[in-house]
Amino acid sequence: MKPAPFGYLAPRSREEALDALRRFGPEAKLLAGGQSLVPLLAMRLVRPSVLIDLNRVPDLAYVRPFRGGLAIGAMTRQRAVEADPLAADRIPLLREALRWVGHPQIRTRGTVGGSLAHADPSAELPAVAAALDARFVLASARGQRVVDAPRFFAGYLTTALEPDEMLVEVRLPALPAGAGWAFAEVARRHGDFALVGVAVVLGCDPDRRCTEARMAFTGVSHGPMRVVEAEQSLVGRRVTAAAAAETGRIAQAALEPHSDIHASAAYRRHVAGVLAARALEQAAARMQVPS
Amino acid sequence: MGTRWFGEPVRRNEDPRLLTGRGTYVDDIQPPGLLHAAVLRSPHAHARIRRIDLRRAAAMPGVALVLTHADLPPTLQAPLPKLIPHPTLVHHKTQYALAPGKVRHVGEPVAFVVATSRYLAEDAAEAIEVDYDLLPPVADLEAAAAPGSPLVHEDMGTNVCAEYTQRVGDPDAAFARAPHIFRERFCMDRGTAASIETRGVVAIWDPRTRHLLIYDSTQAPIPIRNGLARLFDLPQHHVRVVAPDVGGGFGPKIMMFYPEEILVPLAAMRLGRPVKWIEDRRENFVATNQEREQIHDAEIAVDEEGRILAVRTRFLYDSGAYIPYGIIVPIVASTQLVGPYRIPNYECTFKAVFTNKVIVSPYRGAGRPTGCFVMERLIERVARELGLDRVEVRRRNLIQPDEFPYDTGLIFQDNAPLIYDSGNYPALLERALEMIGYRDWPARQAAARREGRLLGLGIALYVEGTGIGPYEGCRITVEPSGRIFAATSVGTQGQGHQTAFAQIIADALGVGVSDVVVTTGDSGAFGWGTGTFASRAAVVAGNAVGLAAQAVRQKTLTVAARLLEARPDDLELADGKVFVRGSPSRAVSLGDVAAAANPLRGTIPPEWEGPGLEASRYFAPPRGTYAAGCHAAILEIDPGTAAVRIHQYVVVHDCGKVINPLILEGQIQGGVAQGIGGAFYEKLVYDAEGQLLTQTFMDYLLPTIAEVPPVEIGHLETPSPLNPLGIKGAGEAGVIPVAALFASAIDDALGTRITEMPLSHSRLLDLLMRSPAAPTAEALGVAAVGDGP
Repeated sequence: MKPAPFGYLAPRSREEALDALRRFGPEAKLLAGGQSLVPLLAMRLVRPSVLIDLNRVPDLAYVRPFRGGLAIGAMTRQRAVEADPLAADRIPLLREALRWVGHPQIRTRGTVGGSLAHADPSAELPAVAAALDARFVLASARGQRVVDAPRFFAGYLTTALEPDEMLVEVRLPALPAGAGWAFAEVARRHGDFALVGVAVVLGCDPDRRCTEARMAFTGVSHGPMRVVEAEQSLVGRRVTAAAAAETGRIAQAALEPHSDIHASAAYRRHVAGVLAARALEQAAARMQVPS
Repeated sequence: MGTRWFGEPVRRNEDPRLLTGRGTYVDDIQPPGLLHAAVLRSPHAHARIRRIDLRRAAAMPGVALVLTHADLPPTLQAPLPKLIPHPTLVHHKTQYALAPGKVRHVGEPVAFVVATSRYLAEDAAEAIEVDYDLLPPVADLEAAAAPGSPLVHEDMGTNVCAEYTQRVGDPDAAFARAPHIFRERFCMDRGTAASIETRGVVAIWDPRTRHLLIYDSTQAPIPIRNGLARLFDLPQHHVRVVAPDVGGGFGPKIMMFYPEEILVPLAAMRLGRPVKWIEDRRENFVATNQEREQIHDAEIAVDEEGRILAVRTRFLYDSGAYIPYGIIVPIVASTQLVGPYRIPNYECTFKAVFTNKVIVSPYRGAGRPTGCFVMERLIERVARELGLDRVEVRRRNLIQPDEFPYDTGLIFQDNAPLIYDSGNYPALLERALEMIGYRDWPARQAAARREGRLLGLGIALYVEGTGIGPYEGCRITVEPSGRIFAATSVGTQGQGHQTAFAQIIADALGVGVSDVVVTTGDSGAFGWGTGTFASRAAVVAGNAVGLAAQAVRQKTLTVAARLLEARPDDLELADGKVFVRGSPSRAVSLGDVAAAANPLRGTIPPEWEGPGLEASRYFAPPRGTYAAGCHAAILEIDPGTAAVRIHQYVVVHDCGKVINPLILEGQIQGGVAQGIGGAFYEKLVYDAEGQLLTQTFMDYLLPTIAEVPPVEIGHLETPSPLNPLGIKGAGEAGVIPVAALFASAIDDALGTRITEMPLSHSRLLDLLMRSPAAPTAEALGVAAVGDGP
């Protein structure tokens, strides 16, 4: 379990990093926290000819206010977001979901951008980003562009990133008025990737009726999965136990999960509905009814 | 002999060193000029090797040596030694150092590369070109045993290498007239020990003196030394094998020879430079022996009151591609199956079967978990079918305290009669029931059920054969410094021998535990022994330590009597001194006695029987001694996700006299953790092609601190009459009944009839949805599992 030979670059600035990507993009890999990449290297499942280590690039790790929501630098450690008071205040779903990501040791190395750009279909952060309508800032020597979650998550371990691009920031819009939120997951063990997980964001009106519902699953598809018909079924209604259960059933019917050695497709489908119903009820209980 | 230390929870001598990173594991050995090895392993489960092209690899930078089967000396081209023959093992096929033209499991070594770094060695291994002709593999145990299966070893004409039956009483007659017979099929799947330190070997060859020094993370340094001496035609005293600190053994490291244990010394001798090979984690999954896979067709005959009339099991044992270790595991499984119960008529028959999978040899429990699972499941089946309380059925069948010694009529793995030497099984059960709150359980369970919560209580009892022969030894030396050194050849993989043995010695010689330095697992320090396995080190080596300590004590008194001009039986030992009873000022230090016992000139009296304060003693038990225990637990199953939470776990355990309860509780807690892994998480999944799908810790799931609850432990002490210290082994106790226990608890929660282990979330939900406890779709608010495409 020693990597195949590779070249190593440790750029000291964003410009140097982008220049390295311009030169080596297709055969290069970016090293952020290394929690997924290093094992893949050790098992020779990836063989980049160049490793571009981002850990010495300044100004990629931050949590900043952004139009009522947050902008998070791609190299921000997951543990830092978990501990960040601004993040806790504006988007408390982040802290709740991050507790499900690996273990504290892993989150201390692992970065927000690394997890999103790796796009593991069972990871928590992509589902959270999808439920939050995140926007992704992609930079290259050619310039910068911003894409939304459905475009960013392009498939199994695949994103919209071009070979010469890197994710530099993720922007999370403010939660809707009266927002309730929840994250629920089942994993084989504490800290494992999800068998099934779901992130939920609900908005409500003064009458506690749902104005907006966003629900993103992980572990049941090639990437984070929004089920629009399930979300729509809640709009204009109070999120009662019965409504939550019905939404769970709609989601179950819409999902087409896979089987693997850890769980059958039937298990994932069933549990997706159970967790959706539970998360919706919890999110509804957390709604702060606007006056 | 005082017992100031024996039985006390003394903190471990080795912990300051180990916990501050100052242990010495094989990978810490860094001799100058060291080269590093990597192994090219078969990617196929069954194939012929048509051609191997080494040219590109051999020419790569830093490569010192590349070996295939053709490059080995004739002695090492032959199959490696058969370890434990048995008359019924008619096809005793053993593994090769390097594959001789055919591979029989994924991971089998094909070529061996030595280079200046492990990185370069792996690069070169990758550059070796091997052409394989694929053969149809057989990975499934039942398929392999069936006629017409692909053959792992063609010359056998079958994959069944052994068939063995033991019979007690007249089972046929008992089944024929029994009022009730219940049959069930039980399956237990494969797991791996996954010790935190993988295997590793360093070999240092001195071509001038022709001495070979080996560091090996083995559980059996002396047999390795003896075997290497024979294979390389060296005098035994020219080979020294050291098992330094070893990060976990659990059985697989008792196996010998793993190919690398031959190839690393061979390379060091060819190159005249030290060579190191450290198994990486991915190799560990395909190159270190595995265990547990058995399929039992079992039946039990009982009378109207649930008293056992007869038990019978016929089972298949998956041996993997070779069977170097013989049929120890199925013998243990079939004989320990009977557990603490009085079974007048018993029959067990097994077939050991080759498959195209990794070799099987004992892993902590060594067949006992499977045997216990079968027996405990049968007991609960009887209770359910007859409408009896499952505890009551156990009570009616337990061997009673006045029945010891109790002869089961079986022959154990040591070829000695399986006779339970002592015990009190009803007391174990009652104490565990009290600790878990069995009396209030029905009310508690019913109350939870009314809230929609699924709680279950499990119980399981087991007997553990421990402390088998043939022998172990120990030499104890008091040096003129007053320090005490002891050496025994059993290796230590975390069991705290450097403390437990020191406690025994400290009591005999009147010193502190930390004054005694114990060396284990170094053939250069003590050259006789067999190894650490079968929960035997404390029993067999521990009693040798006790005998040697008493001999040194006697010698100390004899020599000191002369110095103090007193009679030996007027002397006492304490605080590192010998003094005349009643006049503590008439004293001489142990160091001075040691110096006096080894004079530079003059004479030594014949009654000293030689110089120095030193003695070597051996202990050879007549047969095994039998520990026992009862586990009980309460778990909760999420009705929506089948996730399991363990609320409480209690163990009541009897391993005779306890040397150190702190160490014992650690053993039990660790065993329970491994048992929880085997019940819910750890499963080696092979596909039909014999490819192992679980080759990382992301797919082979070890329980962590988040999955393992604290264990409440109660001790009973029924001393063994078979050894002077009255002790029994405890190494495997924690793990044996765990699968049976959780099956019992899940059945209690769901009304299921669990017959397989391990159980994933997904499998549990399947069972839950088909069980009487299945929540209605409305109650869950969602569709039932299994709907849809």
